[in-house]
Amino acid sequence: MPQIPAVPLSWYLLLSAVLFALGVAGFLYRKSIITVFISIELMLNAVNLSFVAFSYHLHRIDGHIFSFFVMVVAAAEAAVGFAIILTIFKNRRTLQIDEIDSMKL
Amino acid sequence: MNFFVVSLIKIVIVFGVLMTTLAYLQWIERKVLAHIQVRTGPLRVGPHGLMQPLADVFKLLTKEDLFPPQVNRLVYLLAPFLAVCLALISISIIPFGPEINIFGVRTYMQISDLNVGVLFALAVSALSVYAVALAGWSSNNKYSLIGGLRGSAQLISYELPLTLAVAAPLLLANHLSFRAISNSQSGYYLGFIPRWNIFQMPFPQIFGFIIFMIAAFAETNRLPFDLPEAENELVAGFHTEYSSMKFACFFMSEYANMITISCIATLLFLGGWHPLFPAPYSNYIPSILLVLAAILLFYRAVLPARVRDRRTFPVFGIAALILAVVFAIPILQIVLIPVFWFASKVGIFLFTYIWVRGTLPRFRYDQLMHFAWTFLFPFALLNLLLTALFVALF
Amino acid sequence: MDTVLFIVFAVIAVVCAFNVVLQKHPIASALSLIGVMGSLAVLYLLLGAEFIAMTQIIVYSGAVMVLFVLVIMLLNAGAEKPSGKSWFAQIAGLPLLLGFVGLMGFLIRGSVVPWTGAVRFGSWAGGTAQNIGRLLFTQYLLPFEVVSILILIAILGAVVLGQRELD
Repeated sequence: MPQIPAVPLSWYLLLSAVLFALGVAGFLYRKSIITVFISIELMLNAVNLSFVAFSYHLHRIDGHIFSFFVMVVAAAEAAVGFAIILTIFKNRRTLQIDEIDSMKL
Repeated sequence: MNFFVVSLIKIVIVFGVLMTTLAYLQWIERKVLAHIQVRTGPLRVGPHGLMQPLADVFKLLTKEDLFPPQVNRLVYLLAPFLAVCLALISISIIPFGPEINIFGVRTYMQISDLNVGVLFALAVSALSVYAVALAGWSSNNKYSLIGGLRGSAQLISYELPLTLAVAAPLLLANHLSFRAISNSQSGYYLGFIPRWNIFQMPFPQIFGFIIFMIAAFAETNRLPFDLPEAENELVAGFHTEYSSMKFACFFMSEYANMITISCIATLLFLGGWHPLFPAPYSNYIPSILLVLAAILLFYRAVLPARVRDRRTFPVFGIAALILAVVFAIPILQIVLIPVFWFASKVGIFLFTYIWVRGTLPRFRYDQLMHFAWTFLFPFALLNLLLTALFVALF
Repeated sequence: MDTVLFIVFAVIAVVCAFNVVLQKHPIASALSLIGVMGSLAVLYLLLGAEFIAMTQIIVYSGAVMVLFVLVIMLLNAGAEKPSGKSWFAQIAGLPLLLGFVGLMGFLIRGSVVPWTGAVRFGSWAGGTAQNIGRLLFTQYLLPFEVVSILILIAILGAVVLGQRELD
């Protein structure tokens, strides 16, 4: 079996950059409030990947702790975010962000 | 290369045994339920209905594969696939016995040992929510949707007490790999009390075990918690729109989940493959039990309840005697004794599943949620705190 | 083996991420995001972060995304309506995105991380549950407690908002 050279660490970082950019694109481009939320999660995931990659590079686990905190905060954010989305849907009957444009009902 | 071959052989063995158990678990369930309800259960296909699982598989395969027009195609097909994959995947980290030496190859009786085995099992069980939720949603049917929503809410709710109950034995074992957890439970107090986690000092995990059992019943959607598929209110719940092989996938995944969660309970609380009695005695227990079973079978053959028992019971008796001899051969005992103890503990669990199904009525949905959040969750938390306190003090 | 695993799962992650952005239906986006998370978990394992990989699946795929899917089911959110997109987004969107990725690539190239150093599975396995737990309860104890309070606040906020919805 021929030996395939192992991938350098920067590929992981590039992947993280690509995922982050896609997250940004989705966040700016999409109109459904849920998909916007999903794009935020995608960005957080991309950042987590670079935390873990740097952790590997430095041989320290502080990066792991950081990504752990990111996950916990994401979970808290999802709980509050969905409570807000449910309230918005209850009041306005829509999930399109450009239709939620008035401060008062 | 050797590693791949050995792993492949282990995978084939485990998969074969799992599939056979799965098929016959359903036969056993029907038989036990029938006897609880003073019926006889499957009898027609083969002696004592032993060929019934094959007949069922054949029936499910040849049924018409209906494809409802209103469904979301991709997700509708994904859900049963996901269910069966997730149900079968966790068996790969279950150790069935200690390290053994066959034909000069030293290997563990386990497909793969993960450092984070317990977390892996929890992760897989966390993912199995999707199968229920997506099946319910994609069917585009009111009953399915309600079944799916109920099912996912129930799975999420009971995940918490389950995880907390699992965390307590982890504190005693101080490790996340199933093999290390099982090994930490070897040995005996005073020479005869096994150091299983439900007897383990400083804080026996009896409460944790009971909480785990209850949560496990809910996680596998079994009675008394089978609300997602409550047939008298929701037709068949989340799998109403599924037929033929796709239904069989959900059916299989339910039984595979039962087997896996019984294995996990055995490993976490009942000492895995470690026998109930110290080594010299425990090696003869299987043979003695099988001989007793053979005597009982011969006795029933002499005084048969039905005419055909006169022919079938002696055959089963002879089979039991042969097995008793096999279990007494010292070379095979290294492999068979741990597997015997592991399988018998798992078997007791599976029997409890069926027994409970035969005796308890179904919960109401609000009772189910109330029970999880106001009773089970606080008690699991208390159990974890007490365990942590005792482990820290002693 | 490392390279093959990396390429396979990186491709899955990128394809799923594109799917997240391009799919019209929220549930398709959510399912694609679960795909991204699963493949990222495998990459974490390659980077020696076994605990984080499992947490990723338990917390992200098993809890956060279940919430997403449940909310989509509850609200019965259909495909989003194409609304008036701004001309700026249509013309400059893709070039800006590519420019962003290019800038990131340039920065990564100029950073301390070498292009050549290879990642080998198993060469560093520091991310065990033991190590993380020890660090979490010694050096990072204060952040840990602060995050616990944050979660408590989040629960309270969700309950308050959910109650208001009822009346």
